Amino acid sequence: MVDLNTYLVIGALLFSLGIFGVITRRNGVAVLMGVELILNAANVNFVAFARFGGMDLSGHIFSLFVIILAAAEAAVALAIILNIYNNMGTINIDEADQLKQ
Amino acid sequence: MSGQLIIFWIVTLVTVLSAATVVFSKNLIYSAVALLFTLLGVAGLYVFLWADFIAVTQILIYVGGILVLIIFGIMLTHRITSVRLSHSSMQRGIGGAIVLMIFVGLTSMIFRAPWYRVAAVEPQETVRQIGRLLMVDYLLPFEVASVLLLAALMGAALLSRKVN
Repeated sequence: MVDLNTYLVIGALLFSLGIFGVITRRNGVAVLMGVELILNAANVNFVAFARFGGMDLSGHIFSLFVIILAAAEAAVALAIILNIYNNMGTINIDEADQLKQ
Repeated sequence: MSGQLIIFWIVTLVTVLSAATVVFSKNLIYSAVALLFTLLGVAGLYVFLWADFIAVTQILIYVGGILVLIIFGIMLTHRITSVRLSHSSMQRGIGGAIVLMIFVGLTSMIFRAPWYRVAAVEPQETVRQIGRLLMVDYLLPFEVASVLLLAALMGAALLSRKVN
């Protein structure tokens, strides 16, 4: 069957793609999607270690907490993005370089 | 090659290819839809890792909650009728080089590290044990997470309301 390394490499791939999205995208929502990919990569690793590394169900609990944090993070980040859009008329994160208008 | 293995590789392929679409697509809506398939694929990987509860939670919260939030974000920040929902990337060359270095470093580390491995038996049920762990061993993080969710709820509501 499939080994631990396979899952870790899948996690590394998702993580790299997420980092690429975060550092190259201009759109705030797209950056958020990159962050979600990174969190999912971490989760795959947690659950893989739970299955193969003797972490047992603690790994599941950790990935549950990551999912909870991702939900909170997505809600707050989108509220901030909507605010930036209302104030500046754009969600290009390069142009949003001021704290106030 | 057994059927299980074939399904595993299909799920992996869907996950990775749609993750690449999320990052490389020019159209923001395409990215959001590709993210849907990535999240479903990751849920499939959880099933292969004997984590049924996490898989269902992933589908409920990520696909049912976070993805809907993201699509709301797209819809509210672009005028749909007049739109170029396209979005560009910048400095793909440098970014790609850095990310390639990160990936190669991670992969070589993964294959070189002597991972601690235990031959686990497939659990009969996970939900009961997860509930017990949450209420006994991880009670404090659980309560802190509830406070955090409340704070995030109030923060998001406060940030996104209209200022008079």
